[in-house]
Amino acid sequence: MNYADLFRTTLPETALEVAALLVLIVDLGFLRKAMLKTRVAVAALLGVAGCGAALWLVLQQGTAGLSYQSTGELLLTTGGLTAVAQVGILALTALALLLLIDADFTRHVGEFVAVLLMAATGGLLIAAAQDLLVIFVGLELLSLGLYILTAFAKRSGKSAEAALKYYLFGGMSAAFLLFGFSYLYGLTGSTNLHQILLAVSGENAHQIAPLLFAAMVMIAAGLGFKVAAVPFYLWAPDTYEGAPVPAAAFIASVSKVASFALLISISTAAMHVLEVGHAAAVKPDFLVSWSLILTVLSAASMVLGNLAALAQLSVRRLLAYSAIAHAGYILLGLAFFSYSTRSAGAVLYYVLTYGLTTIGAFGVVGAVEQATGSDKMESFLGLHKRNPVLAAVLLVLFLSLAGIPPLVGFWAKFNLFAAVLGVSAGPVPFALVALAVALSAVSLYYYLQVLKRAYVMQGVDDTPIKAHPVTMAVLVGIAAAVVVLGCFPALLSGWIESFIR
Amino acid sequence: MLAWTIYLSFAGALVLALVPKERPALARWLALTVAVAGLALAVQGFVAGMGQGRVAIVDAPWVPSMGIHFLLAADGISRVLVLLTGLAAVAGVLFSWNIELRTNEFFAFFLALIGGVYGVFLSFDLFLLFVFYEIAIVPKYFLIAIWGSTRREYAAMKLALYSFVGSAMVLVGLLAAYATAGSHSTGLIALAHAGLPVSFQMWCFPLVFVGFAILAGMWPFHTWAPTGHVAAPTAASMLLAGVVMKLGAYGCLRVGMGLFPHGLDPWGFSLLGLGSWRDVFALLAVVGIVYGALVALAQTDFKFVIGYSSVSHMGFVLLGLMTLNQIGVTGAVMQMFSHGIIAGLLFAIVGRIVYDRTHTRQFAELEPMHLSKRLPFAAWAFVIAGMASMGLPGFSGFVAELQVLVGAWKVQPWWVAAAGLGIVVGVAYTWRAMQKAFFSDALPVAHVLEQEQAHPFAAITWPEVTGVTLLVGVSLAVGLYPRILLDTIEPAVKALLAGGGQ
Repeated sequence: MNYADLFRTTLPETALEVAALLVLIVDLGFLRKAMLKTRVAVAALLGVAGCGAALWLVLQQGTAGLSYQSTGELLLTTGGLTAVAQVGILALTALALLLLIDADFTRHVGEFVAVLLMAATGGLLIAAAQDLLVIFVGLELLSLGLYILTAFAKRSGKSAEAALKYYLFGGMSAAFLLFGFSYLYGLTGSTNLHQILLAVSGENAHQIAPLLFAAMVMIAAGLGFKVAAVPFYLWAPDTYEGAPVPAAAFIASVSKVASFALLISISTAAMHVLEVGHAAAVKPDFLVSWSLILTVLSAASMVLGNLAALAQLSVRRLLAYSAIAHAGYILLGLAFFSYSTRSAGAVLYYVLTYGLTTIGAFGVVGAVEQATGSDKMESFLGLHKRNPVLAAVLLVLFLSLAGIPPLVGFWAKFNLFAAVLGVSAGPVPFALVALAVALSAVSLYYYLQVLKRAYVMQGVDDTPIKAHPVTMAVLVGIAAAVVVLGCFPALLSGWIESFIR
Repeated sequence: MLAWTIYLSFAGALVLALVPKERPALARWLALTVAVAGLALAVQGFVAGMGQGRVAIVDAPWVPSMGIHFLLAADGISRVLVLLTGLAAVAGVLFSWNIELRTNEFFAFFLALIGGVYGVFLSFDLFLLFVFYEIAIVPKYFLIAIWGSTRREYAAMKLALYSFVGSAMVLVGLLAAYATAGSHSTGLIALAHAGLPVSFQMWCFPLVFVGFAILAGMWPFHTWAPTGHVAAPTAASMLLAGVVMKLGAYGCLRVGMGLFPHGLDPWGFSLLGLGSWRDVFALLAVVGIVYGALVALAQTDFKFVIGYSSVSHMGFVLLGLMTLNQIGVTGAVMQMFSHGIIAGLLFAIVGRIVYDRTHTRQFAELEPMHLSKRLPFAAWAFVIAGMASMGLPGFSGFVAELQVLVGAWKVQPWWVAAAGLGIVVGVAYTWRAMQKAFFSDALPVAHVLEQEQAHPFAAITWPEVTGVTLLVGVSLAVGLYPRILLDTIEPAVKALLAGGGQ
């Protein structure tokens, strides 16, 4: 054990934890008598500053990154793909904090921000983890934070219901995950990802195959819950609907980025094993099965997410089902993983831009909800008159989610599907890509349902909707980023590639 | 210089979105300025490009890691269609002069659509072409849904979904071609020379062709067209029929036939007398010609007549493409131009000049109105436009349809026989519409006459006169001296038929 190395590797996480404690001290120690608005502003700003510090530290670690080993086995690595995911997590956390600024759902602002930062710490950890135990600890840190954040609107019954459902589902899926991990440990005698992968792709792999497959299914169930893949998605619509807006935005973006970063690092670890190991020529059995599991999850999520979204009347539930559909597209990229940097870059690109877009979408929904008291489609009637800027932001973000060029969502899809087809040109991936593209044509219908109310249909109430200037600035910034990154896709993909190579 | 048509239109759309709502006059003049500037650039590009082959305009790496270039170029076909877009844009603005509801937004969406159309016609990178193609979908939806009439939300959604399904098919084909060719480049020329396997072309071609043909109104995927045209505000109908349907036909030609030349090869077996995709699509085109004409004959709504006539006329374009010979494909491109002008004119007369004064499009209600006396300008404009639409010599439609038929005769005479039937029915429905709407011999009742004199229709305005003159003039000029376009189209068609995208 070398504590200096551990400290250096986990500096960003430490910075976030320090910021969380600082928020608690300032809010509970000095601002007890202050106005709610002041407390929110101070807490959010401290949180953003913490994210900024952590972000700087991640970038200081460089593209090569650091790694921390314990008794010869790798526990954490930073740099490369991990650094990209961590930067994404921190930036999105900062945006979610900025959406908090005109929130009035709770008086316990300090606690909210502190829990949110700790959950983000969990996200940073799982993006860097190379060991089953670290993965589990990070996932639990993230998940427990999310349960608390969901329940934070104490005056709302929906919030409590959503949190309870989320917690029960989450607890069960964590049990599955742990069960799967215990099989892996039992089979291979190691908790290190690389050791495990080496062992299961070795010569005696066929002896352990049945148990290994059981373990993989359980792990897929646990991680499928985190990314809201069908059939482990049931918590998502309720949580998206019931959670306070900043919490919902955080769950929809940061938690997704972190979970997919974990899936990417598992796949990338397999890629290293393939490169190093003697089995490079043939794909080991377990990879074929893993790919099959992900394919099934992916196809089910795409179909169910897109079709169920058609019937939604609540925009938050619509976003939840659209999130399930997007998870399906991303899982497709992971199922046909190229074991080269191409796929990893495409998946990360998709997750990051999706997180950015969805945070903005929740910001708009939150602003509308605050003015009208509901997130039903009817609340969006006549939005272009009530707040033209908000309507324009909604237009850009929803069209990007539907994958209309030249917005970033289209590039993300193209990049991802091109990577899938670049990996294997057989009929199966082709049929799945065709399915995904066809379903994104379906998705245009439900996005247009919302935009139709914002732009086309006559509103009953023409009173302007006012949103906090900071919220507006954040939303306009996000919409501008979606347009700019869409017009110049090489900006972001070049940046991601600079870390991978 | 041609590239500036795109930039100018998008910049105009952006500026118009920011123009305050209370200044509709400013918005109109701004839109007209941008449209005229675009037309001027198109004319300049057309004249400068005479006698030249394909000329690259802009070529900049866009996403270097994926081999995607921002590659704009123009050959004869592009130049002619860019010219058409310029004309349609100016005419569209002129015939939207009386839009009062959210004027600035209307013209912003209008110019965004125009910008996307210019972009498609000038793109020589498949990816870029697709991006512009999709950019054109969204403004169409809002133009119809906000400013439209009859069942506008239904029609707008139908149009948007049809377009998006079509473009999804194109996107799948694009991804497949890109991956099969080795993921090096998305340039049209590069992909055409990548040597895509024949078996791959055989199944990818129909996917891409049908994807584009949906927007070209190919039967049986045409049903968005009549409802969309009828529901759309005048300028949007003019653009839909005038240029948007041409986007589809252009995609069929440039991408479908340019990238997958072997997609039209015989299958090696025959099913119900059809031995290749060429037979299938030619059959669908002929069915579209006859079906569109027959349905137009039975309509009671003036605008539906024009809507279905568009389906019929676009059938000629697709039939021309399927001839695969010089004269037939040249005729198809001519028909794209010609129908763009004539359909725009017809929609302008029905949707703007007549409807905005009578507030009805039902023949039963138009018949007792004596429009030939009360709106002589509209009546005579429609007579001229109708003659052009029937394909009378002297108008552009004659040259175009004749070439398509000659080309088709060389391949399969019964195609010509069936299409000829469509032309005859075309004369009938145009005649019927003309007679019912304008020259009805229902006797005027005395008190109705008094009422009519007491409430005369609003006078014909200068934008209407200018617009009609512009479109009629162009159709006549091309009809009387077709070489003006043929000299530009022919070499480009020859090159395209000779070898893929070259």
